[in-house]
Amino acid sequence: MAVNLQPREVASEGIAGETAPVPGVVRRRRRRVRGIVEIALLTVLAVIMLFPVVWMLETSLKDQRDIYAVPAKVFDFSVTLDHFKNVFASDSPVVEGFKNSVIVAGSSTILATLLGVPAAWAYSRFKIRAKKDQLFFILSTRFMPPVVVVIPIFLMYRDLGLIDTTLGLILIYSAFNLPFTIWMMKGFVDEVPAEYEEAAMLDGYSRVEAFHRVTLPLLVPGIAATAVFALIFSWNEFVFAVFLASSDAARTAPPAIAGLIGGTTIDWGLVAASAMTFAFPVLVFAFLVRKHLVAGVTLGAVRR
Amino acid sequence: MAEIHIQGLRKEFPDGTVAIEHLDLHIADGELFVMLGPSGCGKTTTLRCIAGLERQTSGNVVIGGEIVDDLSASERDIAMVFQFYALYPHMTCRDNIAFPLRAQGKPKAEIDAAVAEAARMLRLEPLLDRRPKRLSGGEQQRVALGRAMVRQPQAFLMDEPLTNLDAELRADMRTELKHLQQRLGTTMVYVTHDQVEAMALGHRIAIFDHGRLEQVGTPMEVYERPASLFAARFVGSPPINLLDVELTNGALTAAGGLRVTAPDGLRRGDKVIAGVRPEGLTLLPPGAEDAVGARVISREALGDETIYVVEAPCGQLHVRMPPTAPYAEDAPVAVRFQGGAPPVYDAASGKAVAG
Repeated sequence: MAVNLQPREVASEGIAGETAPVPGVVRRRRRRVRGIVEIALLTVLAVIMLFPVVWMLETSLKDQRDIYAVPAKVFDFSVTLDHFKNVFASDSPVVEGFKNSVIVAGSSTILATLLGVPAAWAYSRFKIRAKKDQLFFILSTRFMPPVVVVIPIFLMYRDLGLIDTTLGLILIYSAFNLPFTIWMMKGFVDEVPAEYEEAAMLDGYSRVEAFHRVTLPLLVPGIAATAVFALIFSWNEFVFAVFLASSDAARTAPPAIAGLIGGTTIDWGLVAASAMTFAFPVLVFAFLVRKHLVAGVTLGAVRR
Repeated sequence: MAEIHIQGLRKEFPDGTVAIEHLDLHIADGELFVMLGPSGCGKTTTLRCIAGLERQTSGNVVIGGEIVDDLSASERDIAMVFQFYALYPHMTCRDNIAFPLRAQGKPKAEIDAAVAEAARMLRLEPLLDRRPKRLSGGEQQRVALGRAMVRQPQAFLMDEPLTNLDAELRADMRTELKHLQQRLGTTMVYVTHDQVEAMALGHRIAIFDHGRLEQVGTPMEVYERPASLFAARFVGSPPINLLDVELTNGALTAAGGLRVTAPDGLRRGDKVIAGVRPEGLTLLPPGAEDAVGARVISREALGDETIYVVEAPCGQLHVRMPPTAPYAEDAPVAVRFQGGAPPVYDAASGKAVAG
């Protein structure tokens, strides 16, 4: 470890008169090689990961002939927006699905937020008997994969007349989003000092008013991030949607798009355009709350 | 403006911790009352019980002649300043100060006038449209004070409000706070763990330890006649000298023969602990009459006075001397007691016995 005894600059530049590369130079070269290898590996990874997305995007923009061209035309195809027009045409089999998706995802997110935020506040602020057990129980409702519970829920829904209704989907998505909302929001509420509310109570406001006027405004970024997560879940959900809402009236976009595949001829252009349309809102929302996505992972980070 | 009575207050937390064992206090109308003690002594819990943020296990809190046990914090008409100020970060200073008045539904003109008046008193006018984040610690402190006083509450509760300021600013704010309380004449209950702050501010000081009240008295009473060993140790800097002494020949004698004036009411042979303040001792050249030999361990020249720590047969002693005292470190000296009889304590109970 003699190298470490002399200043770094001297070590890396070598001592005058020496011809063989000194350890510092070797180290620097090694670091550069490592950087190149890293970039190369990441590039390969990115190509593999993005290939299906790029392929889908291209398919949605190619005209019918180019889609089936062999060998595939990756760069030199003529661009058309006809498939996107078809997605929103009045006789499109998916346009109704998009409408339902907006209603179901929006409503269930609002419902989960309206119920989850006050619950999270209560769990954060009050002494509640067996609080940890209760919170664990709430989270445990998410342990079961939808596929496992969908049959009993189907039977219950049949008796309640909720099959093939948007209301049914709104309720089941709210129930699925609520535990997540409570857990994530509790992290955000914990970050807001209880003293703010206490100060507001001493200033003459009731506890609920104190929450409403002081804590709630400070929770807005957290609520936005949590709601986007819930929205993305509801928007993307497939299993419940395919089992509980199969008629056109209630069917959401994921089963509607899946329904395009099958039958004798498949309009791949329409499938790709529908899928792109479907993915777009999620990408936008994820981009908008990207900072909070990280914060959400560490559970709560209100900037003060 | 109101007096505050605390009657038989007890607070036990659900996990079994007893924060306050049993507390009776009477805080007079217009008084600046300081609750002093180390962290975990129950002073903040007492304050929170008065505020209504914490519900006592038993006992009563009476504000202005009314039992307020069943009133929520918002109904008690008292204002509190928190250690971390708790200014609402999403509101400007103006809105922070106006917030309690808005709760009362006062007309806008009245609110504006009251905020302007508070801002003038606290020299906050140029800062009113800023958010708390953009203020210094001292400015945030003043906004918190403004929010507390704007409503003219029955009492102010202060929870270590100066702890987060740097030393210089703390002294300034202390003066300002005292002056403000005098001008407004509002009852103020002030919690701190800083004995200098307590001595400087309080009309009376209550010393807490382990959920019990050790002593209530004026700053000078607390300093000169601490009611217990704990109170004696907690107040005063440099610390009090606690000497194991025995009553012989009409004086309290410590190991090595240091003689201390005995208070009345002790019997010959009684063994007690005498609490002698650093100014109750003086240093003399070695061999002086009526003094015991000692050696200087350290010397802190503070300018207006010099604090000596000397090693005597009865242990290490703090001695406060004028800056002219000529003794160097490691020099041999003699220590003599001066002044009237000091308070003495029973070693087992830690309580004052005679004097």
